[in-house]
Amino acid sequence: MSVLDPNNGIAFRRPIRSVRWFGERVSHRLDMRTLSVCLVLLAVAVAIALVTLASGEYQVPLPDVVRALLGQAEGRIHMVVVEWRLPRTALALILGGALGMGGAIFQSLTRNPLGSPDIIGFDAGAYTGALVVIILMGGSYYAIAGGALIGGLVTALLVYALAYSRGVQGFRLIIVGIGVSAMLTSLNTWMLLRAKLEVAMAAAIWGAGTLNGLGLDRLGPAALILAVLVPLALLMSRPMAQLELGDDAARALGVNAERTRLGLLVLGVALTATVTATAGPIGFVALAAPQLARRITGTAGVSMVPSAAMGALLLAGADYLAQRAFAPTQLPVGIVTVSLGGVYFVWLLLREARRQ
Amino acid sequence: MNRHDPALAAAEPRLFAEGATIGYDNRVISSDLSVAIPDRSFTVIVGANACGKSTLLRALSRLIKPSRGRVVLDGQAISGFPAKEVARRLGLLPQTSIAPEGITVADLIARGRYPHQKLLQQWSREDEAAVIAAMEATKVTALSHRLVDELSGGQRQRVWVAMVLAQETPLLLLDEPTTFLDITHQIELLELLEDLNKRNGQTIVAVLHDLNHACRYASHIIAMRDGAVIAEGAPREIVTAELVEAVFGLPCIIIDDPIAHTPLVIPRGSAPAART
Repeated sequence: MSVLDPNNGIAFRRPIRSVRWFGERVSHRLDMRTLSVCLVLLAVAVAIALVTLASGEYQVPLPDVVRALLGQAEGRIHMVVVEWRLPRTALALILGGALGMGGAIFQSLTRNPLGSPDIIGFDAGAYTGALVVIILMGGSYYAIAGGALIGGLVTALLVYALAYSRGVQGFRLIIVGIGVSAMLTSLNTWMLLRAKLEVAMAAAIWGAGTLNGLGLDRLGPAALILAVLVPLALLMSRPMAQLELGDDAARALGVNAERTRLGLLVLGVALTATVTATAGPIGFVALAAPQLARRITGTAGVSMVPSAAMGALLLAGADYLAQRAFAPTQLPVGIVTVSLGGVYFVWLLLREARRQ
Repeated sequence: MNRHDPALAAAEPRLFAEGATIGYDNRVISSDLSVAIPDRSFTVIVGANACGKSTLLRALSRLIKPSRGRVVLDGQAISGFPAKEVARRLGLLPQTSIAPEGITVADLIARGRYPHQKLLQQWSREDEAAVIAAMEATKVTALSHRLVDELSGGQRQRVWVAMVLAQETPLLLLDEPTTFLDITHQIELLELLEDLNKRNGQTIVAVLHDLNHACRYASHIIAMRDGAVIAEGAPREIVTAELVEAVFGLPCIIIDDPIAHTPLVIPRGSAPAART
């Protein structure tokens, strides 16, 4: 499919529109396919969210859901849709977006579709941190979130340090990450086995990653933090794409490679950590979303915005299944993402193995 | 010579190294190296493997920082410039670059415009014109919609060259650009560089393996051995059998290239008598 830009003779093989506004003070190459894919993904994610808001033990007709969201519904419908269900569903959307974006950053930095934060040890480490807090200190939400953050960051640093040898190579990082992840997982199992039954149950549910029962008190802080992190990440998306050309080429083109990599690493960890602190480690969204988005948009390398849109769609869909698949039993959403993601992971490993 | 004397500033070349000690980690490759790139020259750096020629190129392009001494670009230490400012004056084609999976030729070449772009200005008319010109110069216009992964080695190298051309820098450095190309494509690329040098007055610096290519196309040769420059100048003035022996340890004779009338190096080989 070769589409010529009507403005010039460059064939980008994609529908590209050059836009120039305000006497050329603003100019951009708009990729119409990426743009429309993002819009469709977001529309589907929002549609899933609306269905989720409508369904449940107390069914609300869709028009009433929309009315409730616009602030035009009364009493019971307003309470069910806006106060009970909306925070959780909104969390599914924004946390899914954060996971997709964080995954895109890690996969771009490692230049490997396996290089996502859940594979390279971050999730296992966060769980270890949370377990220590839950078992030793009982643990309020903030203590658990703090423990998870410290656990995740320490693990990320450990993996980085172990993989370091004259700079960090993507593949080393992944292998070391998988190893560290496996060790921490067995440590986590051991801690769970030693803990009292009720404590172990609560910890296990946190460890699966769940949105069950999350309300406005979690949505607020998460939304606020992401409102800061996401624009910062977007500012770095162009240097990130340049870095994919290799360090030498990127530096020769004026990218400060070390600073860019460090900044992206911090942002990727922060995006993922926000999700973990809010809802526990939700696996496989960060792994799958960037690659699925890349396949649909057909772009070179992974990119942040389509990955975020795909992540929002995946987590919203998984959360719908978590709530409705075995209703009235509510599954932790992490169980759904891991089951679906596992299939994807096997396929990815097979494909990578065939290619080597 | 006082580099800061304003009277001499006009005569000072745009790019030179001054007492530079360069290497990796604790391994010194060149110590106290001073070498200048003549403006508007086609300079070729030659020498045996591991003589420090790529290291010199990396230092000249700011990829590595000298542990002592400095590299000067346009009268200022190159390390003092913002990264993007260097990239607007000096382009580099590194030995290894990675084409992201699934990238098209046009998209890759457009990446060369990065140092000229800003947050809000990401695709100006100048960007577009530079990409078109770079594609025409390297004859890849017809390939612009193709995936880089599916090109032949020669085509791919031309695309990478187009990317650094799109950068539109007055100085262009290339690290072994002809390696992995067959002989026809090597000559084609060298003639493209020669043409850029003569037509646009772009200063070209290339590391090359083939001494005969250097002799034919370079206006200035820098011959290196063990991290030091042992000769520099125009090919006709400096390339002698003694120099080749000193640089490469290769016994040879020099004859006149019947086409370009530049020095042509003929190796004697191990058993010259048996072959005559």
